[in-house]
Amino acid sequence: MAIGDLGKVYQDGEEIICEGEQGNCMFVIQAGEVEVIIAGEGGQEIRLAVRREGEFFGEMAIFDRDVRSATVRALGEARVLTVDKKNFMRRVHEDPSLAFRLVETMSRRIRELGEEVARLQKAE
Amino acid sequence: MTDKGLQLDDGSRVGVIGGGPAGSFFSIFLLDLAERMGVDIQVDIYEPRDYTRPGPVGCNMCGGIISESLVQNLAAEGINLPPTVVQRGIDSYMLHMDVGSVRIETPLQESRIGAVYRGPGPRDLKEIKWGSFDGFLQNLAIEKGANVINQRVDEILWAGDLPQIKIRKGEPHTYDLVTISVGVNSASRKLLANLNFDYEPPKTTKTFIQEYYLGEEKIQEVMGSSMHVFLLDLPRLEFAAIIPKGDYVSVCLLGEDIDKELIANFMSSTEVQNVFPPAWDFDARSCNCSPRINISGARQPYDDRIVFIGDSGVTRLYKDGIGAAYRTAKSAATTAVLQGISAEDFKEHYWPACRKIEIDNMIGQMMFMVTRIIQGQQIARQAVLRMTANEQKKADSKKRMSMVLWDMFTGSAPYRDIFIRTLNPAFLARLVGDLAISVTGR
Repeated sequence: MAIGDLGKVYQDGEEIICEGEQGNCMFVIQAGEVEVIIAGEGGQEIRLAVRREGEFFGEMAIFDRDVRSATVRALGEARVLTVDKKNFMRRVHEDPSLAFRLVETMSRRIRELGEEVARLQKAE
Repeated sequence: MTDKGLQLDDGSRVGVIGGGPAGSFFSIFLLDLAERMGVDIQVDIYEPRDYTRPGPVGCNMCGGIISESLVQNLAAEGINLPPTVVQRGIDSYMLHMDVGSVRIETPLQESRIGAVYRGPGPRDLKEIKWGSFDGFLQNLAIEKGANVINQRVDEILWAGDLPQIKIRKGEPHTYDLVTISVGVNSASRKLLANLNFDYEPPKTTKTFIQEYYLGEEKIQEVMGSSMHVFLLDLPRLEFAAIIPKGDYVSVCLLGEDIDKELIANFMSSTEVQNVFPPAWDFDARSCNCSPRINISGARQPYDDRIVFIGDSGVTRLYKDGIGAAYRTAKSAATTAVLQGISAEDFKEHYWPACRKIEIDNMIGQMMFMVTRIIQGQQIARQAVLRMTANEQKKADSKKRMSMVLWDMFTGSAPYRDIFIRTLNPAFLARLVGDLAISVTGR
C-alpha cells in the first residue's frame, strides 16, 4: 500500500465477503476491480458482475438482515474501503439524501437485472 | 424574518464566500441536488487563496485530519480521497503519558483516517508531491459547474432584498442566496458589517500548529502510520497531537492561552522527545501558525437569503472540523434546494443540524473536563494505560476503553455516544478495578 492509500488492499483472488455470512458493512472500491460470484448447482461458480473503482458492493447488508447473497473476490490487486452500517445509518437518519447515490445505484442494478430476465425469457 | 416562499429556481444565482471545505462541499451538494431536481443554478465561489502554492498563501491553517466517519461518509457520497491528496493513511494511535505509551489499533485493521494538508504544504516545501485537500474539493465543485472567482470579498451589500457581493475592484454582483463559509481566521468585521440581523460570530480560542520536515522514510521509521496523541500533566494544555504527513509532521496543541512557555514545556517533555528522531533539533521548524478555533457556535447563522456554514456557523469542539463543515454544508444545501432560502426555512431545516452539533459539544466539554482530571492524576493515568494495554493485548476482548479513546481522539463518533459508552457497567467496573490496582500499587 502507498502511504496515502485509504482502505485495505486485497490480493488477486482474495475473498472480501463470503456468500452466506452475516454482514454489517458495505464496501467502496478505491482502486482495482472485484468480481461478484454465487455458487451454482453442482458447486460451480457463476460470475454475476464485475465492480470497478468508485462502485459499491455489499450494500444489501446495510438494509436487510439477511446473510450475504454472494461472494466477492479481488480481481487482481484491489483496494477497498469499509463503510460501517452503524456509521452510515446514523448519518442517513440525520441526512436522508446521503442514501440518494446508493438508491440510484441499486435502482440501476434492478433495471439491469430486469433487462437480463427479459433477455433470458426471450432466449428460452 | 419573512414568511416562507423564497425559493431557488431556474437561473437563480448563489454566491459562496470562502472556498475552503465548507464552501466547496456546499457548492458540490447544492449543484448535485439542483441537477437531480431539474433546477439550473449558477454558483460563484469567492476564494482568494491559491491552493497550488505552498505556505500561508495556499493554507487554511488546520491539523489536517479527515476523520474515520467523514472518510466513510464521503465514500458513500461518491467522493473518494485519492493518495495524491491523502499524504498518509492513519491506521492507529499512540497514546503517550508520563506513565507509559500504548498503541491503539484501528478496529478493522484498515486505514480509514486521512492525514492531509489543506494547501500543498509548508512554506519551505521544495517539491509538490501531494495536492491540497481544499484544492481537491474546489476542483470537484468546479467539475460540478461552480465558477471560482479568485478575489477577496470586501463587503456584502443589499439591492432591495437581494444580497450583493462586492470585491475590492469591481461592481457588486447580485445573488438570490449568499452562503458565508469563511473561517474564523478570515472573517473581517467589514464583511459582516451590513448584515441586518442578529448574527454573532462564534467564540474562539488560539491553537498552535508547527511543521517539521523529516522526510518520508524517517517518518515511517520513527512514527509509522500512527497519529501520536499526548495526555500530559501540563497546565493549560488540553490536548496535543503529532500527525505524520508525507515528508512533514504537524505538531498541534489545543488549550488555554497557548504561549511560548507552554510550547517549550511540551516540546521539551520526554514523551515528545521520544517520538522524534534522537537529538532532533526542535528549532528547525518549517513553519508555524496560531490559528483560532471555535469554542462555541454562532448565534443565528441564517436569515432570508443568507446562511453561515462551517466554522463561521457551528463546528465540532476541538475535533473533526472538516466533518462539521461537511454536515453543515450538506444541511444548508439540502435546505436551500428542497425547502427554500428564507430565514424560516433555515430555522426549521438547517438550524436543527447546528443545534445537534452544539448540544454534542456541551457533552464534549464535560468529556474534556474528565480528561483534564485524568491528565492531572497519576493514578488515573496509570489505570487508563493499564486498561487500554490489556485490551490491546487480547485479540478477542471487548475494547471498551480503547474505543472510547479512539473516538475521543479521532472525532469519529459524537461525544454523546462516547459518553454513553463510559456509563456501561462493565466499563466502569473494569476502570474501578484498574484504579484500585493503581492505588494499592499491585
